[in-house]
Amino acid sequence: MAAHLSYGRVNLNVLREAVRRELREFLDKCAGSKAIVWDEYLTGPFGLIAQYSLLKEHEVEKMFTLKGNRLPAADVKNIIFFVRPRLELMDIIAENVLSEDRRGPARDFHILFVPRRSLLCEQRLKDLGVLGSFIHREEYSLDLIPFDGDLLSMESESAFKQVANMMIRMKREFTGSQNSVFPVFDNLLLLDRNVDLLTPLATQLTYEGLIDEIYGIQNSYVKLPPEKFAPKKQGDSGKDLPTEAKKLQLNSAEELYAEIRDKNFNAVGSVLSKKAKVISAAFEERHNAKTVGEIKQFVSQLPHMQAARGSLANHTSIAELIKDVTTSEDFFDKLTVEQEFMSGIDTDKVNSYVEDCIAQKHPLIKVLRLICLQSVCNSGLKQKVLDYYRREILQTYGYEHILTLYSLEKAGLLRPQAGGRNNYPTIRKTLRLWMDDVNEQNPTDISYVYSGYAPLSVRLAQLLSRPGWRSIEEVLRILPGPHFEERQPLPTGLQKKRQPGENRVTLIFFLGGVTYAEIAALRFLSQLEDGGTEYVIATTKLMNGTSWIESLMEKPV
Amino acid sequence: MNRTKGDEEEYWNSSKFKAFTFDDEDDELSQLKESKRAVNSLRDFVDDDDDDDDLERVSWSGEPVGSISWTIKETAGNSGSTHEGREQKSRNNFSSYGQLSKPVSTYSLSSLFKGRTRFGSFQSLSDALSDTSAKSYAPELGRPKGEYRDYSNDWSLSDTVRRLRKGKVCSLERFRSLQDKLQLLEEAVSMHDGNVITAVLIFLKRTLSKEILFRELEVRQVALRHLIHFLKEIGDQKLLLDLFRFLDRTDELALSHYREHLNIQDPEKRKEFLKTCVGLPFSAEDSAHIQDHYTLLERQIIIEATDRHLESAGQTEIFRKHPRKASILNMPLVTTLFYSCFYHYTEAEGTFSSPVNLKKTFKIPDKQYVLTALAARAKLRAWHDVDALFTTKNWLGYTKKRAPIGFHRVVEILHKNSAPVQILQEYINLVEDVDIKLNLATKFKCHDVVIDTCRDLKDRQQLVAYRSKVDKGSAEEEKIDATLNNLHIRWKN
Repeated sequence: MAAHLSYGRVNLNVLREAVRRELREFLDKCAGSKAIVWDEYLTGPFGLIAQYSLLKEHEVEKMFTLKGNRLPAADVKNIIFFVRPRLELMDIIAENVLSEDRRGPARDFHILFVPRRSLLCEQRLKDLGVLGSFIHREEYSLDLIPFDGDLLSMESESAFKQVANMMIRMKREFTGSQNSVFPVFDNLLLLDRNVDLLTPLATQLTYEGLIDEIYGIQNSYVKLPPEKFAPKKQGDSGKDLPTEAKKLQLNSAEELYAEIRDKNFNAVGSVLSKKAKVISAAFEERHNAKTVGEIKQFVSQLPHMQAARGSLANHTSIAELIKDVTTSEDFFDKLTVEQEFMSGIDTDKVNSYVEDCIAQKHPLIKVLRLICLQSVCNSGLKQKVLDYYRREILQTYGYEHILTLYSLEKAGLLRPQAGGRNNYPTIRKTLRLWMDDVNEQNPTDISYVYSGYAPLSVRLAQLLSRPGWRSIEEVLRILPGPHFEERQPLPTGLQKKRQPGENRVTLIFFLGGVTYAEIAALRFLSQLEDGGTEYVIATTKLMNGTSWIESLMEKPV
Repeated sequence: MNRTKGDEEEYWNSSKFKAFTFDDEDDELSQLKESKRAVNSLRDFVDDDDDDDDLERVSWSGEPVGSISWTIKETAGNSGSTHEGREQKSRNNFSSYGQLSKPVSTYSLSSLFKGRTRFGSFQSLSDALSDTSAKSYAPELGRPKGEYRDYSNDWSLSDTVRRLRKGKVCSLERFRSLQDKLQLLEEAVSMHDGNVITAVLIFLKRTLSKEILFRELEVRQVALRHLIHFLKEIGDQKLLLDLFRFLDRTDELALSHYREHLNIQDPEKRKEFLKTCVGLPFSAEDSAHIQDHYTLLERQIIIEATDRHLESAGQTEIFRKHPRKASILNMPLVTTLFYSCFYHYTEAEGTFSSPVNLKKTFKIPDKQYVLTALAARAKLRAWHDVDALFTTKNWLGYTKKRAPIGFHRVVEILHKNSAPVQILQEYINLVEDVDIKLNLATKFKCHDVVIDTCRDLKDRQQLVAYRSKVDKGSAEEEKIDATLNNLHIRWKN
């Protein structure tokens, strides 16, 4: 099930094994039969590292979702809460524990904080009078979850807000740890999302990026409208169409998906139709099988062929769903405006498409994403333009969004232009962020992932590996935040001898989130024959513009 | 657990820090674990009946069978035993379990980033906060005995912080002087551990006067950020506002106060609260918005009371025909305007609920007003009102049609509200740009407009092309044929 994790240059499966081992160790501390009460948010990330069978092997007999009132009945010795350290969850836990006390036989309560214990939470439990009820209170550092052979994520919800803290922490922990482990990475590049606020705001145009933009990928799963996936059987005249969303797992374990996930969506159709021809040709082979041996061989290949056919059917359906969106008039208009902004056209006036979106009350997040993009591509908006947008938004969507606008301003996404200078054109030209001649079918540059725009973050990584950042010092000064390079000397015994032609491996850590399109661009660089660098990607959160803005919005109470 | 313990010792012994030994090994627990292991000897499942394809088993909803979220639903529903069979068949369940005994790789990523082992201890950090040391001595259940010894020890400043970081119990009460307390804080900050910093801050908050705490934190930004976060989390709004006031962070002060209104459900109380926000130090722009927010809610409360009464009395036609779907309270301004154009369109400017009054009070731009009024009146199919909306009279008494939003937008909105073809046609004809006009007419099947426009453009080819799109034998087709056969037209192609 996790074989795809070991395909990459660095075997990430060892990480998965390590966290599984820690989970088993914790479960074994709570002797006897167990029920786990889950903070629902955590089931997604945990699903990537363990199945129920592992838990069951360690006497977990029941599992519930964390809810108010009393726990469902369960005849077990231990009740273990798996929760994020959040105050509101502590209140629910206390409710559970208190109502449990009043009935039935005594049981042991435990609590596992993921990924970290929190003083505030324990204090809250204490105030509610239940802290003493817990025998084991521990933390489970599910820090970096392997998603794919070259991708790790922390999946922390409010990651962007904590970036600064993380930086400090990581620096401390790096300096604290000894170099007694064999180095698997040649370079580590830490990229703070603040350096590149632009990229996540643009609509991703790779296959995987579009799936995420339109349907949202959660812990490598996507939920899709079921209509296109109805089982087509003869005699089944579509009478009981499924109503529950179709849930699919997306990762490189699936051969076809590995091939198309990082392609520009415009290049996906031709791959799918080629695949379809290959598969039907393979099925046709059965007519040629004459001898018993030939038939046997054909039959032995059947399961593989059937799997390939299923996979093809799924992705054809998904591609159809996406195409319905990308061919719509509104998608085209939105993309046009985005591309105008990114290539520096009319970023200093009120945009009429944005105005229309507000007038027609399109989703607020969509509007904010566009305005933020305009702001970033103009080094801040002119005060008059900003005031206009603000008023329109507040009048149409409600005055309380003044709080949202303020968080966006604080994050640097939507702000007035300082000193009347627009630095974006310089950055765009020096880093070649806008490429007019983009080849979507057989890309020659990373800009294919946004059909013209080369993600700033990835361009920085590319330039770092060749020819080095000294060539772009002027731009680095304009980009927000300080930059620093550090060399970590290795004990001579640990220095690796590189085979001729062997690539360097760089771990690139996106603090504050990374998009699927950026991942695709990095994979493109890894695969370049003369690239010289392969990337393993780690991040605090897999994100897109929508989830990003959402995390910065004022939550309704 | 034994292994973890070993690692921990190794860490302490090998590190440059002073080594502690804690006598908190729980023998009973490890024994239980051993016996449990023996009892729970693993059965190795061999798949015998599944085919070779590498796909996971997936239930219809797509959850892989045996995945955690799938199982929560299953076990919560019933005893779970019925799924055992399915469970056992599911492949690869123990693919990694077999590797349990293999040596663990040394380069787990988290070990790259962390200098310490996990699962070190399970004492409560918050014990450090016990108000009096006497209370801290009270034994609690489930604690290894050895731990209590630690309370009496006088840990040095840095040891205290290090112990806090490890989640060990530690009393802070003996740090009495301001200087000691500040050193404690600085030590905590230098450890970069939020839990420890917060623990120290809670102690300082309790033992220092507000003025001194604020003054000292102003020059310690990291700790200050933690305090602000802490106050937000526990909802100590009063102290938070005091702090912002002290720091002279006027915008945060204002916003933080304003945010509170979201927690007030009662409309009257919310309105009163918003009134207190009006004088807050917002920017000039935002001050006006906050004032509008207050005024709007004030209006909505009046409108809501009147309309609810009218609706329940059942005497007013508009409410009988179109019952209200929801209360107007707390809706955005534009929505309120729509509501007022829908239910109170003809009211005189003097009433609070009249659209014109709203427009004036909130300085709603013409464009916005026309768009909203159009949508509301079109929804009611009040075509006469729609017509009046765009009719202007000049001083000579001539009437003229004018739309600040452009007639193409008018047509789109009318179509969305399923206006009849005659009405659509009338407004499409008012679109000035010929291409847009043709486009709209084609899209909304206003045949007469298409035919007449092609004739005016003398574009024979386009008309011929259009002929193939209309129904055979229809009036449109006849009209097209008549036009094409009209010898008086000098076609350009």
